[in-house]
Amino acid sequence: MTAERKILLRHADEPYYSPGISSYLAYGGYEGLKKALKRKPEDLRQEVLRSGLRGRGGAGFSCGLKWSLVERKSGKPIYLICNCDESEPGTFKDRQLAHKDPHQVIEGMMIAAYANDVVQAFIYIREEMPLGAKILQRAIEEARAMGFVGGDICHSGYSCDIVVHRGAGAYICGEETGLIESMEGKRPYPRIKPPYFPAVLGLYQCPTIVNNVETLCNIAHIVRMGGEAYAEIGRHGNTGTRIWCVSGKVRNPGYFELETLTMRELLYDLCGGPLPGRKLVGIIPGGASMKILKVDDNFRNRDGRAITFDDIIIDFDGIQAAGSMSGSAGMIVLDDSVNIVEALANIIAFFAHETCGQCTPCREGSYWARKILARMCSGGAREEDVALLYDLAGNIGGRTVCPMGYSITWPVQSYIGKFRDQFEANAKSNTCGVESFAERLIEK
Amino acid sequence: MRPVGGTSEASMKLSPNTLQRIETAMGHYPRKQSAVMTLLHLIQEERGFLSNEAIEWVADKLEIQPIKVLELVTFYPHYRRKKLGKTRVRLCRTLPCALMGAYRVGDQLETALNCKMGRSKDDGTLTLEYAECLAACAGGPVALVDEDLYENLNRPGMLQTLVDTVRDRAGEGASTL
Repeated sequence: MTAERKILLRHADEPYYSPGISSYLAYGGYEGLKKALKRKPEDLRQEVLRSGLRGRGGAGFSCGLKWSLVERKSGKPIYLICNCDESEPGTFKDRQLAHKDPHQVIEGMMIAAYANDVVQAFIYIREEMPLGAKILQRAIEEARAMGFVGGDICHSGYSCDIVVHRGAGAYICGEETGLIESMEGKRPYPRIKPPYFPAVLGLYQCPTIVNNVETLCNIAHIVRMGGEAYAEIGRHGNTGTRIWCVSGKVRNPGYFELETLTMRELLYDLCGGPLPGRKLVGIIPGGASMKILKVDDNFRNRDGRAITFDDIIIDFDGIQAAGSMSGSAGMIVLDDSVNIVEALANIIAFFAHETCGQCTPCREGSYWARKILARMCSGGAREEDVALLYDLAGNIGGRTVCPMGYSITWPVQSYIGKFRDQFEANAKSNTCGVESFAERLIEK
Repeated sequence: MRPVGGTSEASMKLSPNTLQRIETAMGHYPRKQSAVMTLLHLIQEERGFLSNEAIEWVADKLEIQPIKVLELVTFYPHYRRKKLGKTRVRLCRTLPCALMGAYRVGDQLETALNCKMGRSKDDGTLTLEYAECLAACAGGPVALVDEDLYENLNRPGMLQTLVDTVRDRAGEGASTL
């Protein structure tokens, strides 16, 4: 039987479970922190490295490795920032964790802070989650009153406080260096790496760790169960569970905490398959910026063996072997009622709105891509538009300071590559699909 | 705008509560300039928008050039130079919500609330606008009414609930869509 493996979300959706500290303590909350404070920070860092935990924000970089890169010899203070600027279209896992079990986030943060000799921690939460900011704020106050946050935590002599910092509606603040600029009180223009690796030159040019909410929640469980035991969960190189968010054209969209499942198990067994009378056509596996996977394509697994869409294993390696990325684990499902050109137009309109404007290729390219796509959907397309759009998108990714350039390149080139017939038909006949919304993308 | 130092604290006349929260916020950060976003949030919460005077006041308070504050106000979509309606409805238009009919819901809202998308009502009761992804995609289409999230607006009755709430807040009686 296909089932979820709930670790992070084990209690969050139980009846009578509240975001209050009493619910969290009733299930052994903060035991991980107490355990951690009795150990050496260095040991804890090794524990996390052994767990094989990969960052849940999008890039999938090893968390233990990220921590090991922190510059500790400079004598500068070290900061920790919890990235709760969840804005990637299709993703809503951090919302669940922050709203329903905020103390899990706080426990993970305090362990991460102690393990890295952090002097001050922050939670950067997006403006569109005002309730989440209040819940986290209250949870911090509760935790502080019980000695889990603030001065002399659990009488260990270690002190660290958490400040909730609210964003103001900019997607780019989810990029770690943009987030740091924003926290310094500036426009969130991402910084160039090298030299501005946050682990060395982060907040106020001090070593800084930026971890996603889900990553930090995992830390509490790694300490409780031990790195080796944690590494047993999931496949090698993809340890632990992951919360997948499914939205779009399936019967039961939602969030699912998974260990190792295939596409068929997630989309059919857990999500109930396509809507009545419809057929799945494609999925965007890891948030809107990722490449699309076409359901009737042939794929490979990570060992290079040919597989069908149904057998793709949903984890970092499985999705990567299939030709895309698991990104932020926000899966958007498209069926045969969706006009692919309009879907792309919608996504590109998002990125054109959210580009920070620092780098010319992204600022101008996203605008032009939106313009071409809008006319493809609303009657003014030219014959050369498909080729023009493809070419234009190829000149953005890799030519910008931050990876957002790829958020335009990848969708445009993969959608055209896999659904070229639809693009050519749209460019010629200017017809729209069932859900006509692209004409709204044209600025009036 | 005038140069730094042009605005006295008295001229802003912020409420004691807001002033208290501003002082607290400034103490939260290792460098007080980091509090600029929080200060703008607090002032906007009290005043509804950010005037030139407010920008100068914040700059003064944090000892930075007013342009360093203004460039944030013009960058971040949440900060605004004009007052919005008393109630603010933000309907998500990004792909997962669009797939579930967000634009149709948008049309229905325009009619039901008698307000165009991206506009405020003349009587100052309401602002209706599209928003980018609100991170609640499985419940699409979703909307934020002030701080409250409304999901599944394509289901019967859900939209009506939202419309009734908005009308209640605007001081109008509830009525059918």
